[in-house]
Amino acid sequence: MSANSINNIESLNEFQLDALREIGNIGAGNAATALATLLSDRVNMSVPVLNIMNVEDVTKVLGGPENPVVGILMTLSEDVKGVIMLVFEEKFLSVVIKTLLGQEIDSLNNLSEMDRSVFMEIGNIMSSTYLNALAAMTGLSIQISTPDICADMAGAIMSVPASIFGMTGDKVLMLQEDFIGEEHITSHLIMLPEIDSLNAILKSLGAE
Amino acid sequence: MGNIITVGISDMKIASGDDILITYALGSCVGTCLYDKTAKVIGLSHVLLSNSDLCSNDSNVYKYANTAIKELVRAMRVKGAAVHRMTAKIAGGAQMFTNNTLKVGERNIIAVVDELNILGIRIVASDVGENYGRTMECYANDGRVMIKSFTKGNQII
Repeated sequence: MSANSINNIESLNEFQLDALREIGNIGAGNAATALATLLSDRVNMSVPVLNIMNVEDVTKVLGGPENPVVGILMTLSEDVKGVIMLVFEEKFLSVVIKTLLGQEIDSLNNLSEMDRSVFMEIGNIMSSTYLNALAAMTGLSIQISTPDICADMAGAIMSVPASIFGMTGDKVLMLQEDFIGEEHITSHLIMLPEIDSLNAILKSLGAE
Repeated sequence: MGNIITVGISDMKIASGDDILITYALGSCVGTCLYDKTAKVIGLSHVLLSNSDLCSNDSNVYKYANTAIKELVRAMRVKGAAVHRMTAKIAGGAQMFTNNTLKVGERNIIAVVDELNILGIRIVASDVGENYGRTMECYANDGRVMIKSFTKGNQII
């Protein structure tokens, strides 16, 4: 590890945070395009949010702990390690299934296998396009796991990344991007890189 | 009417009278509710992880089962509860995602149960494991605990 690398997330300077926001923004642009193509619809994206927060607060980011959502979790390996998640709000789910399959969803509790496959695939496509942009800009190799799905309370879903990162420290850096389609359908992309991977990203961008 | 007191993740709270302790959306985390019926003192802990050895540079005792339960008992004794009268109700420890090999939920349950056994506190009810999130509401006046989930609705344990 070089002398300039950070060992504490809170010691990132403004320049480094801006560099991370910028790559998040470019990745998210690609992911938004992928989603828009999939839905044949216009998709707007938010300004990327970069938060350094307590591990425990990760569960608070998605509209209240009991907000019903579907989370698609993928883990990252090789040069960049960490977690990437797509989180879909209830309305997003029903509009997507209506658009793609012509069916209604009555409740998050009884999603069909087909519904679950569709959401996993959307999560897979959005996170892959996001990470492809990150890999292209940094020259780093990023391997992504197969997607895993859970439909439940937002807080319970987010307890999974919280517990993974809680093992290594009490602070985490989270990049969040919100995508909003027509009819106000909302999804969130959340990426939590490990600190060594942050150093690798910053180094490749010349932002050590 | 008592107060409704929220217990966050890696947190604990004590209450009495007509107060209600609530912790939201336990996933792999475990909620432990201890109650002394005679003193009418109730306590709720919400642990994220099983053992403080997992993380060397963290001093939050409420985060880990092996340190949080002892601390909950100590704080309840200060409020007049006695260990030999305490009973426990536990919830959470779910495996939210199927491929997740870390088994955080399962390890959390084992760690909490071990800790309660060491302290000699009997577990009178539990709703743990499986694959869904739970909200836990604990009532100080009679020690009942309501578990809310999307899959199973509401149930009193």
